[in-house]
Amino acid sequence: MEEQLTSGCGATAEADIDEKLEKIEAAIEQFRSIKGALIPVLHEVQDVYGYLPEKILQIVSRALNLPMSEIYGVASFYHFFSLTPKGDNIIRVCMGTACYIKGAQALLDRFSTELKVPVQGTTEDNKFTLEATRCLGACGLAPVLTIGEKVHGRLVPNNVPKILKEY
Amino acid sequence: MKTINITIDGIDTEIPKGMTVLEAARGLDIQIPTLCYLQGVNHSTSCRVCVVEVGPRLIASCTLIAEEGMQIRTNTKKVRDARRTSVELLLSDHERECLSCSRGGSCELQSVSNDLNIRQVSYVGEKSSQEKDYTSPAILRDAAKCILCGRCVGACGTLQTVHAIGFAGRGFDTVISTAFGRPLAESTCINCGQCIMACPVGALSEHENIGDVWNAIANPAKTVVVQTAPAVRVALGEEFGMPIGSRVTGKMVAALRRLGFDKVFDTNFGADLTIMEEGTELLNRLGSGQNLPLMTSCCPGWVKFVEHNFPNMLDHLSTCKSPHEMEGAMVKSYFAKKEGIAPEDIVVVSIMPCTAKKFESGRDELSGGGLSDVDWVLTTRELAAMIKEAGIDFANLKDEAFDNPFGEASGAGVIFGATGGVAEAALRTVFELTSGQELETVEYTAVRGMEGIKENVIELPGGKEIRTAVVHGLGNARKLMEAIERGEKSYDFMEVMACAGGCITGGGQPIHDARTVETVNIKAERAKGIYSEDEAQEIRKSHKNPQIQKLYAEFLGSPGGHKSHELLHTHYLVRSRF
Repeated sequence: MEEQLTSGCGATAEADIDEKLEKIEAAIEQFRSIKGALIPVLHEVQDVYGYLPEKILQIVSRALNLPMSEIYGVASFYHFFSLTPKGDNIIRVCMGTACYIKGAQALLDRFSTELKVPVQGTTEDNKFTLEATRCLGACGLAPVLTIGEKVHGRLVPNNVPKILKEY
Repeated sequence: MKTINITIDGIDTEIPKGMTVLEAARGLDIQIPTLCYLQGVNHSTSCRVCVVEVGPRLIASCTLIAEEGMQIRTNTKKVRDARRTSVELLLSDHERECLSCSRGGSCELQSVSNDLNIRQVSYVGEKSSQEKDYTSPAILRDAAKCILCGRCVGACGTLQTVHAIGFAGRGFDTVISTAFGRPLAESTCINCGQCIMACPVGALSEHENIGDVWNAIANPAKTVVVQTAPAVRVALGEEFGMPIGSRVTGKMVAALRRLGFDKVFDTNFGADLTIMEEGTELLNRLGSGQNLPLMTSCCPGWVKFVEHNFPNMLDHLSTCKSPHEMEGAMVKSYFAKKEGIAPEDIVVVSIMPCTAKKFESGRDELSGGGLSDVDWVLTTRELAAMIKEAGIDFANLKDEAFDNPFGEASGAGVIFGATGGVAEAALRTVFELTSGQELETVEYTAVRGMEGIKENVIELPGGKEIRTAVVHGLGNARKLMEAIERGEKSYDFMEVMACAGGCITGGGQPIHDARTVETVNIKAERAKGIYSEDEAQEIRKSHKNPQIQKLYAEFLGSPGGHKSHELLHTHYLVRSRF
């Protein structure tokens, strides 16, 4: 299956691909000699591409001499890894106990309605990915969510449209 | 050998250091149930059915190494309750259609559940739902019956190094999956069916074609011809309660006639034909020095393995079709002409010990004039099922002989069923063809036996040598192929069979439970049957088979000639490593 690795085109895109690949190759070199090299390498792939593109996993499979079924097993086990491209902004709504009690589900549902995507889905314009996540460790701000690096806390569903306008 | 002393259920015993508690208990005839454990294949301790009490703790005995002074109890209320809970939890998310399941009666989950006296399942909860995967022509996957024991993953990865399937997902969503959850047909699966042999339940089975064959038999316009591989005759009896390795050739032929097949042929004839062609090919390659080692191509699992993993070495594979494909091609040409039947009115059915043969028969390369050489492939198990369905009393059938012209075969043809057989058969013929001398001792015992990789140098009269390697089990094959790639090994001739032991333990053979697999050397028992059939043959060498000689004289011309190339040889495809 052919996969598009960047959204750009032309010379810049190629340079971009090379630069990204170099980072992956560097990570492979750095970790290949240690036991359990796969996970740190997958982290690098996820950081660089925003998800785990199949073509890149094939490079990892050859380099680390690991079967693809095993890599897929690891990638699908950890929620942090994604096998599909994600939006520019990832909304992570905390579904930990405290947030859940404080109405996180209603918050999540509202995002889903506003963005017209299911949970784990990405909007058509690729701007947002909506995720439900385990405890973020900020229970004092319940219900809490993060968008990128930014934390939004003590929310009610009616705050959602305003938050989305910020991005 | 260092020993230690332990106590199991009040019995003091001295055992070798390093032994597991499970093995030690079995040594005392204490049966601890197991499900996920399969010696040498899977030691995942995931099912918790084999727990025992060690002091205050419940520990899985299958991987627990016994220690000096250990006090073990295998039959306490705590142990029995824990085992029952584990099995009930498995059953709560298991598709319990046991009455219509292909493994009903031979299911290890069913027998463990019975042994533990489980009469109701106390747990009711969500069921993991998954579609059946019918995409592969060889193997059917039914995840609703999967208990996630991992035995198939061990067979596919650890034994065969194919790694087509693995664990994916997490928690309740865990599944056995191909990479990216693709259909099995689009994976690197080589269809060997060793996953089926390892599966304790009905989650994996062959893609059944029984209905297709019944339909063909019922169609009066069709002449339905059946052929049987060498390994089937030393295993079929097991499905009818006969001892492992019983030779039932004559009964099998009789049963096939009663099922309604118009002609019953022996694939051993096709094996003799393969030797004529492959022997010639070997001599040609030895002469030119090109594409050595010549690698055998009888095994469709091995062929697909090379296509995926060693595409640079496709030129090394023999261009010979496999024996049953050759025979199918001869049925639809030579036999059709002789009998005055239009080839399109002939249906060729192959009874094989193998699931990969189902895939092979569907390959476009294995056809002529728009017709497949072989139309349907049934496993040994499927044949047994048909015999039972037809109400035939198999054990009491009188022996019958195969039909001609493809019923007469040499002993060389029959040994194809065991590892080393193709090499031995080829050497018998190649020796005589090059030397012009009669071979006195026909047995090349050096290529026999169950060692994973057997290397030999066979000296031909006149000083020529053939460096051979005989390999079985794809894990061994991968090792050898990588050594060849690195330039560490070089051979002239390589026989490879995907399954450990050769076709006798193919993925279509009768399935035995984990206990039997551990205690009986199934490979050796079936191999004995194969070699005794060889010894019982008057003709032991393929080129001495009079029907083979007649076929070349009347129809094919000479081995490796124009007509042979058109009908008996094939080519291979480069497939993705992923």
